[in-house]
Amino acid sequence: MEEFITTHRMNPDIDPVLTIWRWQVSVYLFLGGLTAGLLILGALSVLQRRKAAPTAAQRLLVWTPVVLGVGLFSLFLDLEHKIHVYRFYTTFRVTSPMSWGSWILLLVMPVSVLLIAGTMRETWPGLYAWAERKGLRGLATFSEKRLMGLARLSVALGVALGIYTGILLSAYGARPFWNTAILGPIFLVSGLSSGAALVQWMSRDEREHRLYTRIDVGLIAFELFLIGLMLIGMASGPERQQAAAHLVFGGELTTYFWVFVVMIGLLLPVLLEVFHLKGRPQPRFIAPAFVLLGGLIFRFFIVEAGQLTTWIGY
Amino acid sequence: MAAKKRYAMVIDTKLCIGCGDCVVACKMENEVPEGFCRDWIVESVTGVFPNLHMEYRSERCNHCSNPPCVHACPTGASFVDDESNITLVDPDMCTGCKACIAACPYDARYVRPEGYVSKCTFCIHRVREGLDPACVASCPTHCMHFGDLNDPESNVSKLLESRPFKVLAPEAGTEPNVYYLI
Ligand code: SF4
Ligand code: SF4
Repeated sequence: MEEFITTHRMNPDIDPVLTIWRWQVSVYLFLGGLTAGLLILGALSVLQRRKAAPTAAQRLLVWTPVVLGVGLFSLFLDLEHKIHVYRFYTTFRVTSPMSWGSWILLLVMPVSVLLIAGTMRETWPGLYAWAERKGLRGLATFSEKRLMGLARLSVALGVALGIYTGILLSAYGARPFWNTAILGPIFLVSGLSSGAALVQWMSRDEREHRLYTRIDVGLIAFELFLIGLMLIGMASGPERQQAAAHLVFGGELTTYFWVFVVMIGLLLPVLLEVFHLKGRPQPRFIAPAFVLLGGLIFRFFIVEAGQLTTWIGY
Repeated sequence: MAAKKRYAMVIDTKLCIGCGDCVVACKMENEVPEGFCRDWIVESVTGVFPNLHMEYRSERCNHCSNPPCVHACPTGASFVDDESNITLVDPDMCTGCKACIAACPYDARYVRPEGYVSKCTFCIHRVREGLDPACVASCPTHCMHFGDLNDPESNVSKLLESRPFKVLAPEAGTEPNVYYLI
């Protein structure tokens, strides 16, 4: 079958293939996932209260609003009608994942700030002193009293945020490569893995460093498993999904996927981490840096792959 | 209140010659910016030689009864007209987030240079005055028909009763309202 448009439809960003979402959206999805990962790991560490000494996971909480802020700015850059950005918050559309996301993000910001306020006395004494000088001690006391509740809420919101970044794409029935329910969990696991990598990188405590390296090995292995499931599901699905799977099995994105997403973004870092755990010396930042890079590459890949797959062939 | 209308377009692929007059008429009527199209012609060749089948189709937004573009819109800028099934975009509410573009299986939408999303409106401004959409009115072979499917007496209802037809990508589940007589 051959079908083509004879009166040249060359709508910008629509033809010849969809390119409506570019790096801004990929970067946002990556940073959103990283925020989710950092928030969940930090909050879990608060809930465990294993040690008196502040853990890197807790110290990194201070970056969550910043990372999310940069991510949101990137998303803002993608909006074509920026002046109307407030319209996200004048309504709630129950059928629109993007609307859900906007409101989840609005909750994550203040909750993460409160969680920082509740932990900073131990994790960032300097910040605590600064807040005290600015008359914000009440905020810290308020949060400290409710720390466990805040931590639990943070875990829930982190999970919602992590899954949402995937659902945002998987809800589009019009784009077969995105339209798989497993994308939400994959993005959550990938975000957690990015978070664990950052903790591993920043940790000054050898036990914590090894713990998060081990956690990350598990997460990456799980992510590989889920991605495998996604592709198997697609390849054995209806015609459109099979065509979508072909994109990485011989199609246009085959090299991109296998070399960059799988080998450089997932297998290489997990091997580096395993070697590290086995005592092979290597610079501390190498493995986590590759994990983070892998997370970013994965978002770029997914955003592009979805836009290459459609219901109509022209 | 009058019953809600279900406007549909019925296009006879046996008569369409792919001249593109509908495309030009739309551009003029709706002042579509240069380089953009709200409707377009597809030439389709199917089958294996020597049993080839060729058809022309004039395509546009299908004003789907189950419109994923409207469901995806986070602001309510994409909406279904109160009195009919015509899906529209309110430029004053649109953020240009492009969720609706990603959601449309037919790639019927685009972002206007001003930053908001636009697409075929079934010429609602003409329809409200009792006129046919510009594309329908301009077709030299009279292969395009416009009317209310909720009215069993309408020309479109009768055509669909008397002739075999298809819609585009019905598997996408959007319940399109542009029909092609085959
Ligand atoms: S054709 Fe596309 S834009 Fe038009 S109503 Fe259907 S989904 Fe929406
Ligand atoms: S681009 Fe505009 S009309 Fe489309 S989903 Fe976003 S806000 Fe709604």
